[in-house]
Formats: sequence, structure tokens, C-alpha cells
Amino acid sequence: MRWLLLLLGMAAAQPRSGTQDMSRELQAMQADDSANPGMLWMQEGEALFQRREGLAGKACADCHASLAGVAARYPAWDPATAAPIDLAGRIQQCRAERQQAAPLPRESEPLLALTVFVARQSRGMALAPPADPRLAPARARGEALFRQRRGQLNLSCAQCHEERAGLRLGSALIPEGHANGYPQYRLEWQALGSLQRRLRNCMVGVRATAPAYGAAEYLELELFLAQRGAGLPVEAPAVRP
Amino acid sequence: MARVLLNLPRSAAKGAVIEIRTLIMHPMESGFRPGMNGSILPRDIITRFRCSYNGEEVFRAELSPAIAANPFISFTTVATESGTLSFTWEGDNDFRQTETRDIAVT
Repeated sequence: MRWLLLLLGMAAAQPRSGTQDMSRELQAMQADDSANPGMLWMQEGEALFQRREGLAGKACADCHASLAGVAARYPAWDPATAAPIDLAGRIQQCRAERQQAAPLPRESEPLLALTVFVARQSRGMALAPPADPRLAPARARGEALFRQRRGQLNLSCAQCHEERAGLRLGSALIPEGHANGYPQYRLEWQALGSLQRRLRNCMVGVRATAPAYGAAEYLELELFLAQRGAGLPVEAPAVRP
Repeated sequence: MARVLLNLPRSAAKGAVIEIRTLIMHPMESGFRPGMNGSILPRDIITRFRCSYNGEEVFRAELSPAIAANPFISFTTVATESGTLSFTWEGDNDFRQTETRDIAVT
């Protein structure tokens, strides 16, 4: 009896991807590359990856062959800036320093396209956040942000996505809120968007002030979310309602 | 040029029913939504989709403002002879895009 309870406890501790709670139709849409609209951005990203840009006259493809597994490891520690950096941030950095090209703003179509092109190469691989001790303080701040009540509704991320995960908010099922499918195509947006856009979405939802894209708070939350969803397969580009 | 995803078999047996799936990147702005400054965003949608098989129209769809962005259209046709399938999307602001795919029928 005791081992059964232990087993049940372990099963509950496993993170549950939002995909498992979607309708069969949406799951099929995500799984089928000819129906998943994220693949349109993916195609765009593939073209951008091959294009020579900037003063250095280099394309991403001139240096990088396969980037399989990369998206599963981000956010990572960036020694140059002595701060955590996410995948989109790394692409921005590479573009500025190695290609010496005009910066791509966060949430711009070309940056989303490049990010999804890189992220998709890790599809199916388990989220494996780096154990770098330099990331630990930021990750801890991320967890504190996750549990901090905010906004006029005075709600924390954890109150919905941990305590009430699996229940309903109106007609919508509250998912555990794992970050394994970004950039993702959200039907509500009718577009591809980043994890930062999704976080912003929730902050606006509880009527809190959302920091600007690229702010340290998002990076800290992203770090914590990667740790929280460790082991889940990368699904980018995921489709979500 | 808008990005397009086309999924159809490269070859098929004569008389077989083939499934064709198309997805095109398009905002499908309905013409009813207010923009950031409160004024109505002008309508910008795809109004018509056509597929012809060796010049003969085999499928046509009229699209309306209620259809979501990046419209996905799936339909079937019968593989009659080897040749070319051509897909054309037309819409507001002189939007027009044509893609072609060859099919071998045995």
C-alpha cells in the first residue's frame, strides 16, 4: 500500500505538458507539419539562417551546422555579459557581434522565425537546464517571482499553474504552464509568439504591470520554468489554444 | 511572397483519391477590428482560393472575414493523369500568389 502511494506521489510530481490536455484535433494539428502553422515561420527561419547578413557578410549557416539539442539547454549563462541569456537573446547577440548586422528586436517576425528554426532542431529532446551554479541565484529569483502575488487580482503564477492546475478558469482548462513548446503558435494570437509574450499575457491578465520585452524578470522566470519542466520533450513550434 | 506549405503526394495510382493540404501565411484582417489608435483596420483577407489540375479547375473556395489568419485548406481530388497542379490565392490589396506542384500518375 505504501509503495503504491509513493508511486502515485511520483506520478503526480512528473511535469505534464500542455499538449496532453488539448483536444485531439489540436494535438493532431501540432503533430502534423503540414497543418502546424508554426512551420510557416520555421520555413522563414530556414531561409534567414542561410542568408548572409551584416558587415561581416556571414550567414548563420556559415558557422553552425546542426543546432540539435541547443534549445533544450537554454536559458544558459553568458560569460560575456555575466548574466543569463535565452535562445532569442543568444541569436540577437550572435547577430550583433559575429554578423555585425542590424539588431532584431524581441518579438519581431525574423527573430521569432530564427528562434523557431533553431528550437525545432531539438524537438523531442528532453528539457535539460544547465546545472551551472552561476545560474542558481537568478533561478531562485525566478521561483520567487513565480510565487509572488501580483496585480490588481493579487494572484501569483503558482496559485493557478500549481495549486489549480487541471481545474478550469471559465471554460478553459488551467495547464501546468510548462515552457517546452516555445516559440509557440497560439490560436488566440493567430501568430507565433515567444515565452516572454506568453508571460506578459498572464501578467496583463491579472492586471499587473508587465515589464518590457527582454527584462531581467522574464529571464529569471524562464530559468525557473526550464527547471520546473525539466525532462519534458521540446515541442517547438507547439500549438496552443 | 507569403510563405506556403503544400502537402500532396508526388505520385499516385491512376484513379486514386489524393488528399491535398494547403497552408498560407496571411493576416486575414477582418475589417471590423479597431487598431491601436481606435480607428478600424482596413479589411485585408484572401477572398478566393483555386486549384487547377492541368488547367482544369478541380477545387475553389470563397473565403470570408470570419476565417482565421494563416488559412488551412484541405481537399481531395482524383489522380487522373500526370501533370501539374496549380494553387492560386487571391485577395484584397491585389494579393495574388500561385504555387505549382507536379504529380506523376501511374
